[in-house]
Amino acid sequence: MTKTLTHLERLEAEAIHIMREVVAEAEKPVMLYSVGKDSAVMLHLARKAFYPSPPPFPLLHVDTTWKFKDMYALREKAARDAGMELIVHQNPEAIARGINPFDHGSLHTDMWKTEGLKQALDTYGFDVAFGGARRDEEKSRAKERIFSFRTATHGWDPKNQRPELWNLYNARKAKSESIRVFPISNWTELDIWQYIHLENIEIVPLYFSAPRPTVTRDGMLLMVDDERFPLQDGEVPVERSIRFRTLGCYPLTGAVESTASTLPEVIQEMLLTTTSERQGRAIDHDQAASMEKKKQEGYF
Amino acid sequence: MTASLDNQVIYKTDDLIASDIDAYLDVHQHKSLLRFITCGSVDDGKSTLIGRLLYDSKMIFEDQLATLESDSKRMGTQGQDIDFALLVDGLAAEREQGITIDVAYRFFATEKRKFIVADCPGHEQYTRNMVTGASTADLAVILIDARKGVLVQTRRHSYLAKLLGIRNIVLAVNKMDLIDYDQVKYDAIVAEYRGFAASIGISEFTPMPISGFKGDNITEISPNTPWYTGLPLMAHLETVALDNDADQAKPLRMAVQWVNRPNLDFRGFSGQIATGTVHPGDAIRVLPSGKTTTIKKIVTLDGELQEAVAGQSVTLCFDDEIDCSRGDVIAAADNPPEVADQFESTIVWMADDALVPGRSYWLKLGTQMVSATVQAPKYTVNVNSMEHMAAKTLELNAIGVAEISTDKPIVFAPYADNHALGGFILIDKISNATVAAGMLHFSLRRAQNVHWQATDIGRDAHAMLKNQKPKILWFTGLSGSGKSTIANEVEKALHLMNRHTFLLDGDNVRHGLNKDLGFTETDRIENIRRVGEVAKLMADAGLIVLTAFISPFRAERDMVRAMLPEGEFVEIFVDTPLEVAEARDVKGLYKKARAGQLKNFTGIDSPYEPPEHPDIRVNTVEMSPAEAAEYIVRQLMPLK
Repeated sequence: MTKTLTHLERLEAEAIHIMREVVAEAEKPVMLYSVGKDSAVMLHLARKAFYPSPPPFPLLHVDTTWKFKDMYALREKAARDAGMELIVHQNPEAIARGINPFDHGSLHTDMWKTEGLKQALDTYGFDVAFGGARRDEEKSRAKERIFSFRTATHGWDPKNQRPELWNLYNARKAKSESIRVFPISNWTELDIWQYIHLENIEIVPLYFSAPRPTVTRDGMLLMVDDERFPLQDGEVPVERSIRFRTLGCYPLTGAVESTASTLPEVIQEMLLTTTSERQGRAIDHDQAASMEKKKQEGYF
Repeated sequence: MTASLDNQVIYKTDDLIASDIDAYLDVHQHKSLLRFITCGSVDDGKSTLIGRLLYDSKMIFEDQLATLESDSKRMGTQGQDIDFALLVDGLAAEREQGITIDVAYRFFATEKRKFIVADCPGHEQYTRNMVTGASTADLAVILIDARKGVLVQTRRHSYLAKLLGIRNIVLAVNKMDLIDYDQVKYDAIVAEYRGFAASIGISEFTPMPISGFKGDNITEISPNTPWYTGLPLMAHLETVALDNDADQAKPLRMAVQWVNRPNLDFRGFSGQIATGTVHPGDAIRVLPSGKTTTIKKIVTLDGELQEAVAGQSVTLCFDDEIDCSRGDVIAAADNPPEVADQFESTIVWMADDALVPGRSYWLKLGTQMVSATVQAPKYTVNVNSMEHMAAKTLELNAIGVAEISTDKPIVFAPYADNHALGGFILIDKISNATVAAGMLHFSLRRAQNVHWQATDIGRDAHAMLKNQKPKILWFTGLSGSGKSTIANEVEKALHLMNRHTFLLDGDNVRHGLNKDLGFTETDRIENIRRVGEVAKLMADAGLIVLTAFISPFRAERDMVRAMLPEGEFVEIFVDTPLEVAEARDVKGLYKKARAGQLKNFTGIDSPYEPPEHPDIRVNTVEMSPAEAAEYIVRQLMPLK
């Protein structure tokens, strides 16, 4: 009797297959871990792929020091639960120069994330890095390969990407080159939420609504997560019932007002909502085709 | 869901989302997945159709819709109406930005299924992109502009879909609104297509009259085509049979990706089941060894399974400790796949650099990675006319039938039976680029009937008797660099040290063994392959072999290196600048080449690829032949 696999079962099997191919062919793989919901799914898939062994690679968090407090808390716990080593990298130059999202604009992302990631990969000599990017996130990602090649300087050359047929991935590369691998390329935002629901995966509480101190700036609803948030004259944090659809650096991540405090409610709200996911992130609004440009520079 | 009438889109969301989210999630969780490809160029309304599918399945958000509406008015081609093509059509922008025109994957879902659409450009120069998209598709929508009928591109798309083994073909006769929904014209197009389809082996297809722009027969049966008795496109996509389901009925095949060994008490074999089903207690056979055992358990993080089916990623444990590693295939014991090393295949060339027949490439099939060489194609297929044409090689986007041989036997199945064990990619050994994709059709009989004869006196015994370690001293360098002179000096020195040696010289070999070969790239590769094989036989006999050949290509030198045990191949780069070699011109060959009397002369009109990391390098400008030979012999010590 035929047992038709559900779309989630097939996406899960595909992601596991990809992770195993990397472990079999890479010299020193690593999983980029941002503590967000996509990272939570990635980590869960990695545990499934190699069970009963722990995933045979470390987690790497390229930290900006500006993440939400709740994210730092879950980061430690998730790595411990999975029995994996957690490497946290903070760009020392960004620390020394006190780079922050309030004063430095796009330099913040560039130094902490783009440069930080390159530094970490070079420092530890990782040749393959798993990332949680999805093709449905943004137009320029619709064409992204699952195995994405980077030059020795971490550049992404759109003309020099390899064709990917069937489930055959070519992981061969020269010594200094590296590969970013996206096992959940074919998942949509709804798939991610549904899978978290189905598999009961722990995610940062910020995805659920709760009363939190907020201010509004440039049309974005920001959470005052710690005392580093510089309040402008007359600005007083207001407690609002909010949650986040994506998580990044707290001063750059817009919240939505919401009462959704359970996973089904969050999914319901997402499905009834009428704006696309990345709208909450300042990074996209920076400039036209900004993601394409950041990718060529080495941002994930 | 939407209903459309005269392009007035009435928009409403799934009621369940608002009224009962848990029930909605339950429905969504159980949706199956269909991957399909749309073939056609922009003119056929492909982008409009995909945009329409996304829109009708509510995959367009308000912010995107707002952008779409303003873009439609600004640069759309549909007057005040929404131009759906703008949703997905980034091609013009891509061309301006110089970005490769590529396969874009898009996602949408209906109440029954989730869909992944591979949106591929349709022009002939993008054949490789369409092949890529088609490789993972269960279904192909072939778009025809109703005003134009079956065109050259329709034939090309149909041929490629058939080539990649797509069983479900939808012939979407689009823009019916522009021919006033004329049934006679529609029937004529379908009849013409049927004739063509049969000629390339497509026996079944599903024709439908649609308008992506107006929405006819997309989600609902259109009142404009009362004579059409089939399903609307969306309903067809929701109900068509899935390849993954059909794969479950086939015999078990699972390529081993990774051996899972957390501790001494656990040894599992991880992989994704390609075809068939597996249960604890099933008798299985590991290929290529042919050893049999039974399945002890199927391990997952969610607990042990009583059954696993095609498409699932699992870890299998055996009852017996038999050898099994990455690249092996776990198969039904009573119905195993074949093992062979020579095949007939169809190859789609995907790189700017053409195929070099005889050159060694990496071949990846399932989880097997081996060295493979492709013969000059028997013929190439003109993708527009389906004519067979003679060809010496395969250029970018060429599709050809050629024999392929691997350096060791691989487990395979004909592509038509099993895509996972019949589809392969070729990888260039120097650039590491994926240069081709191919499909194995059958193994060649000679591979089945030629076996290795085991001999009792092995290579170690031969070498021991001679009290030396066999080696191949491979001298490479330009013509006139001094390879033969230096190799001769080295052999004399070794001979005085009571070493058993033999010198294979390029010119001498071309008088006999290789006298049928010329100096084209293909012949040069064959020349080196034969010399490599001869040198290897001599090394097996225990000799220290010296070879003096220009051997201009890295790939071929590496091929010989790969034939030998680690450390036995010693690459000696006789490094002489071209000006110096040309000034010496001992045989007067450079003069002839410069005068155009000698074609394909290395350094003049044929490239020399110097070794990147030679084992030994001698500079003949600074050293005399005797000094160079002495230096080489010193580097070789000790010889035992």
